Amino acid sequence: MTATQAPGKSVGAPISRVEGHLKVRGAATYAYEHRLDEPAYLHPLQSTIANGRVAKIDASRAEAEPGVVAVLTHENAPKLEAVGDAELEILQNGEVGFRGQFIGAVIADTFEAARYAAGLVEIEYEERETDADFRPDRDDLYTPEQLNAGFEPDTSVGDVDGALASAAVKFDATYTTPREHNNPMEPHSSIAVWDEGELTLYESTQGVYWTQNTIAPLFGLDAEKVHVISPHVGGGFGSKGLPHANVVLAALAAMLVEGRPVKFALTRHMMFSVAGYRTPTIQRIRLGADAEGKLSAICNDVVEQTSKIKEFAEQTGTSARMMYDSSNIQTTHLLAALDVAVPSWLRAPGEAPGMFALESAMDEMAIECDLDPVEFRIMNEPEKDLESGLPFSSRGLVACLREGAERFGWDGRNPTPRSERDGRWLVGTGVASSVYPVFSMGGNAATIRADSDGKYVVEIGAADIGTGTWTTLGQIAADELGVSFEDVEMKIGDTKFPNASGAGGSSGITSWGSTLVEAARSLREKIEAEHGGNIPDEGVEASAKMPKNPHRKEYAMYAFGAHFVEARVDEDTGEVRVPRMTSVFAAGRIINAKTARSQFMGGMVMGLSAALHEESVLDTRFGHVVNHDFAEYHIPTNADVGELDISWIEEDDPYVNPMGSKGIGEIGIVGSAAAVANAVYHATGTRVRELPITPDKLIS
Amino acid sequence: MRQRLAGHSVPFLPPGMVSGFEFQEKHMFGDRQFAEGRMFAFPSHYLKGDGFMDAEITLRVDGEEHRLTVDTRTTILDALRESIGNTSPKKGCDHGQCGACTVLLDGRRVNSCLTLAVAHDGAEVTTSEGLSENGELHPMHRSFMEHDAFQCGYCTPGQIVSAVGMLDEVEAGWTSHATEDGENVSLSDEEIRERMSGNLCRCAAYANMLPAIKEVSDR
Repeated sequence: MTATQAPGKSVGAPISRVEGHLKVRGAATYAYEHRLDEPAYLHPLQSTIANGRVAKIDASRAEAEPGVVAVLTHENAPKLEAVGDAELEILQNGEVGFRGQFIGAVIADTFEAARYAAGLVEIEYEERETDADFRPDRDDLYTPEQLNAGFEPDTSVGDVDGALASAAVKFDATYTTPREHNNPMEPHSSIAVWDEGELTLYESTQGVYWTQNTIAPLFGLDAEKVHVISPHVGGGFGSKGLPHANVVLAALAAMLVEGRPVKFALTRHMMFSVAGYRTPTIQRIRLGADAEGKLSAICNDVVEQTSKIKEFAEQTGTSARMMYDSSNIQTTHLLAALDVAVPSWLRAPGEAPGMFALESAMDEMAIECDLDPVEFRIMNEPEKDLESGLPFSSRGLVACLREGAERFGWDGRNPTPRSERDGRWLVGTGVASSVYPVFSMGGNAATIRADSDGKYVVEIGAADIGTGTWTTLGQIAADELGVSFEDVEMKIGDTKFPNASGAGGSSGITSWGSTLVEAARSLREKIEAEHGGNIPDEGVEASAKMPKNPHRKEYAMYAFGAHFVEARVDEDTGEVRVPRMTSVFAAGRIINAKTARSQFMGGMVMGLSAALHEESVLDTRFGHVVNHDFAEYHIPTNADVGELDISWIEEDDPYVNPMGSKGIGEIGIVGSAAAVANAVYHATGTRVRELPITPDKLIS
Repeated sequence: MRQRLAGHSVPFLPPGMVSGFEFQEKHMFGDRQFAEGRMFAFPSHYLKGDGFMDAEITLRVDGEEHRLTVDTRTTILDALRESIGNTSPKKGCDHGQCGACTVLLDGRRVNSCLTLAVAHDGAEVTTSEGLSENGELHPMHRSFMEHDAFQCGYCTPGQIVSAVGMLDEVEAGWTSHATEDGENVSLSDEEIRERMSGNLCRCAAYANMLPAIKEVSDR
């Protein structure tokens, strides 16, 4: 829809992306594409061992190569401040903590010269034994102090062992999810320029202030000395949230050629070693139920992996704490610290792998209890959040399951596996629930200026990583200002605009939107109080910070969803096709019906991808991912995606934020892999508990 | 030592071209020595005294002629992005595996990251930017916007060029893996999905690209 929106009616409308005309032509400027004079090009040197130190580095041949400007190594690298982050404090000594770690860089006049000369640098190592074998029976597993997003590692309510011992129906199985890499289409990219002690970064980031606040202390700078510019970002999915060492390497290299911009884009290969990834998980799920199918025990014991040089503890078990009703719930997390690259966020860290296991187990338990999997979930619906004890601000899971069953045509399903076939294709259907918390992040401010011609300029250092922020924030501001969408101009993606949190944890609209609503109210009050309701000739502006949400302590806040999948499995080859998928979400008020649908869709397909395709294979001898490109690390193509039926229920939640919206960037991926696995079981009678569901697991 | 031997005449080379062998160093495998290197071919007038090879070529990009000096290792993608300043095609994998760099090269869609610029002197290159005419967006541009057939936008120029090139291929009767009747190529949903599967989209806007492309093809 491109027609003019009436004042106050922008939120909810399916407005096309305002920057769309730039993106379709390729005229939107991504990080590597800013035109600067006389750029130099960086090609990194990466460790070929996983554990040890650089004993000798001889750059003489590289330095003699035409076009080479400098070679950066730990021997000549500028000193960084010790901030206690071994992922980022690169080139301060010769130590190597994982294979692929940056140990230097060649800077040259051209991309070609830098890449070629990097191959001429001779490096000798003192190698130590590599320990990269992720197994649940290691004797050095440990409990982290806390999980990502601040969750407790271990929780226990009631008596799980007692409840399991006395349960009429008992279930105990172990699920595994593999290492997965984010792989946004735009590789992580930077252009770094130093000028009189100040650093400018043209950066591909999910948060310009997250980058500023991470990079400035490393270089001993006040935050405002680091300028971050990131108007368009070619996807992130978590990997561009917390800055990785590529940003530091570009900034260090730029110090050697002060005043000259240094350009550095990771190659696709490098994306598999330095840009974060999802840890593999091993999850033992135990469930107990009475004879009617009412759950009495829920338990998820998680083993996962981190890097020896920096801890990242994924919150895999947290959704088991609140998803279904039970008097006895236990979750635990154990970590193996290995000589591997540092794991980080990947779309719905925690919920995505955790809900694969829980929702697969719920399917298996429904079968054990001889219940329909939709009804089994509904009869175990909790009345409150069992982790916090708080009521839910809104909980639309049952409505999503009912609506999805109706749209998908679930009623009358024959529960017997292998009961339907179409020629050589075995046909099955599966269901799974979805959940994602409503996160809010601090440190937000916004400025809105009204001009006498009735136009408004809204400034906030927010990010659009494909999420539609350029458009949706304009809709929120327009409605709160009581003007039409076309009269609002957004300015985001730059630290010259007010402080903002990043695009992560599906928190963007809650955090930025709440701030804009406050700023718009301030501006309207100011115009009323100081200018008699009229915008003065010289214009007027107001700023505001994000107000505290008093309801945060009163309610547990989550979005919910339900996925229904049809899977077809070739009986002879084990090939799995998913011709259709129906997903229904309960995510509060939807800000933009067009871009929201795309976000849900992207999550659903990434879940489909996790179910069938994605697996980063680690060679435990050397600690590196062997299938480090798109030929071997498979993600869906157009031909892999069938009919997608995406909808949402009306949900009025006055507590989550002033817009009544819940984040939607991640909920689509949660549970969708389980829905596929459950459909594959229904089609074939084979339960695959190890993702991805590749043909070999179905024909053996 | 990086060495180049050049100027050998090889029978299969076109007139005016010479071949060379570039080798970087010697490896020992058991008691045998190997040179690591590659054969290459280039017009004889590109040879310079210092052995560092640049080539002067002409590319016609989006209707505009560009005379430029490129390193013989430079791809069309890098020549466009870094020399000419046309960043419409994107670098997503540098391996011909993602399609973000797709351009029309003399009317056919190619992965410009796998195409050496020096081998295409005089070629006509069309990027998504060049599909616009007189400042007006191409129908495929508008259809992608209307159907929200992208999110982050990074693969999008490649998808659009690929879609435009693909429709021409169908028009010319080219078959695909999804074609059931080789005599009559029709543009079914399966055909579009199959023919667009050389262009990856991590945001997974595929299900919106399908109606976007169909709408243009139906006109």
